[in-house]
Amino acid sequence: EFIRKLWEGLLVQSKPPLTSHFPFPAQIPPDLVDKLERLALVDFRTKQGLECLEKAIRFADQLHVVDTTGIEPMDSVLEDRALYLREDTAVDGGCAEELLKLSRKTVEEYFVVPPGNIPLPKKEERSSMLKHSEL
Amino acid sequence: MLGLTLKEVSLAFREGRISPTELCRKCLNRIKKTQHLNAYITVTDELSLTQAQESERRLQRGVPKGPLDGVPFAVKDNFCTKNVRTTCASRMLKDYVPPFNATVVQKLLDQGAVLMGKTNMDEFAMGAGSTDGAFGPVKNPWSYTEPYRTLAGPEADWVIAGGSSGGSAAAVASLTSYLALGSDTGGSTRNPGALCGVVAFKPTYGLLSRHGLIPLVNSMDVPGILTRSAGDASVVLSVLQGVDVRDSTTVPAPSSHAELPEEFDVRNLCVGIPKEYHALGLSPDTRAQWSRVADLFEAAGARVEQVSLPHTQHSIVCYHVLCHAEVASNMARFDGVEYGHRSSMDSSTEAMYATTRHEGFNDVVRGRVLSGNYFLLKQNYQHYFVKAQKVRRLICDDFRRVFASGVDVLLTPTTLTDAARYGDFTQEDNRTRSAQEDVFTQPANMSGLPAVSVPTALSSRGLPIGLQLMGKALDDHRLLAVAQWMERQVGFPSIGVHDDYRQCSDTSSTVQTSA
Repeated sequence: EFIRKLWEGLLVQSKPPLTSHFPFPAQIPPDLVDKLERLALVDFRTKQGLECLEKAIRFADQLHVVDTTGIEPMDSVLEDRALYLREDTAVDGGCAEELLKLSRKTVEEYFVVPPGNIPLPKKEERSSMLKHSEL
Repeated sequence: MLGLTLKEVSLAFREGRISPTELCRKCLNRIKKTQHLNAYITVTDELSLTQAQESERRLQRGVPKGPLDGVPFAVKDNFCTKNVRTTCASRMLKDYVPPFNATVVQKLLDQGAVLMGKTNMDEFAMGAGSTDGAFGPVKNPWSYTEPYRTLAGPEADWVIAGGSSGGSAAAVASLTSYLALGSDTGGSTRNPGALCGVVAFKPTYGLLSRHGLIPLVNSMDVPGILTRSAGDASVVLSVLQGVDVRDSTTVPAPSSHAELPEEFDVRNLCVGIPKEYHALGLSPDTRAQWSRVADLFEAAGARVEQVSLPHTQHSIVCYHVLCHAEVASNMARFDGVEYGHRSSMDSSTEAMYATTRHEGFNDVVRGRVLSGNYFLLKQNYQHYFVKAQKVRRLICDDFRRVFASGVDVLLTPTTLTDAARYGDFTQEDNRTRSAQEDVFTQPANMSGLPAVSVPTALSSRGLPIGLQLMGKALDDHRLLAVAQWMERQVGFPSIGVHDDYRQCSDTSSTVQTSA
């Protein structure tokens, strides 16, 4: 009997789920698109990629209906205890060769990269560079 | 033999009813027979047989290493396995062969368990369907069983396995492995466990080592355990749990027996029913099972109470921000220099990075990396990231309050519905689907609590429905004892070895499905 009442109660209380439709769409200006692509080192690829970010931002904006006045941010659920720390001494290693084998390009015991200190090319050039790099 | 639980098969070894090599061959044959499910990315056949032979010699000498000796297991392809490629279902790692074993894998091998292979998943574990990986989607084994074929019609499309550990769930459900490792960040073990009708356990955060698990969201990731019974999950938990010097986020395990109590009295148990979990979109079948199991608890003398978790409704949005932010940071390691895919572009280091990542990541991964970077921009950091961390505390405090009020376990559905048809599931984009699918499972990750999905019944479409039990932190053993009690009451039908596994004639497994 109790259970039945409980379920009837739940039926009455159930509310519509969170809406993901917010009245104003997020707008990403072109210079921010460029900045994000440089920071993330991935590209939006298509217009859908950009729309996907706009939707992700609108979705995240629902956080702001929650009142968090006076609430401390939480980094980890283990915040209430001291975690294990090992002694600051090397206990393994000597596997440089094994690790270097995983790299596509090495010389002696160095990883090799192309010339550095060259910023990514501008948007148009970048797009054509990526277009030609499809697997 | 293939349909036994881990404990039953362990007994069969000791009684000499079957040998580890015989069983290993049976499982390898069955993997071949069920290849169309696409549950495995790599099958380690030769290595499996070698391990099985070693196990057999131990058993013959009468010195097995423990209850797992000789037992076939599968591992999600985001756990590193020494000399066995580990891809994360991504082009980025398609040829990556780790030089070490993840701690949880090593512990199973140390017990003599036999690795059958690496299981399919969503790329980098980002998804809820196992449809977004570089090796094609996983098909739910129940798609080919008598109940589904009869109830849904002979022409019915196959259904998804759930995700992101869909390959691991499909492996256990289709009787090719007795246990499988998954990973669970927002429900990635429990969701496919529910949809494939197996027990899927997410332990307390920190109880199992994550050394060698390729990270998704460090503050929430845990290894998951998929088995055919709660008792089996308990055996595996007792082997895997505890502090690992290679993972500073591990915590000491409370002392507990590997075995669950044979008789469990629920009369002293208080079961909470969170009213906020009564979400719209919950299928009538799942709701009916939820109510039925609550009744079972009450009829057996447990106290069943309605409880409130008012901030749980914000869990998905909170997760969305924290997940994308941590993903942006975690994915930064894939730059083509030390391991993984490297583009042939060599005009500059930055150009090589960008083209490598362009070629290696799918749209879902790229999208999360971009939005994560957006949430972490200096001008957005407080507004999104820190705000989400504050909401996280409110969500955790809700659970703390409920458990402090005397509630022992929470009973909820695991998913809104039974498994969706592939064609229906891929209508929506990955973000929308993840938001819908993780709604009941995600809060446990947010709070680090143990949770287990228990197969409960078949839906009116002939597909599994699972219910979830959540417990207090580090109360994993009792949670599994409650799960075992529930499992014995509900009488879930296990998949039959002779169920029709004919090759499905459709070709949709080759369709690339990035959202």
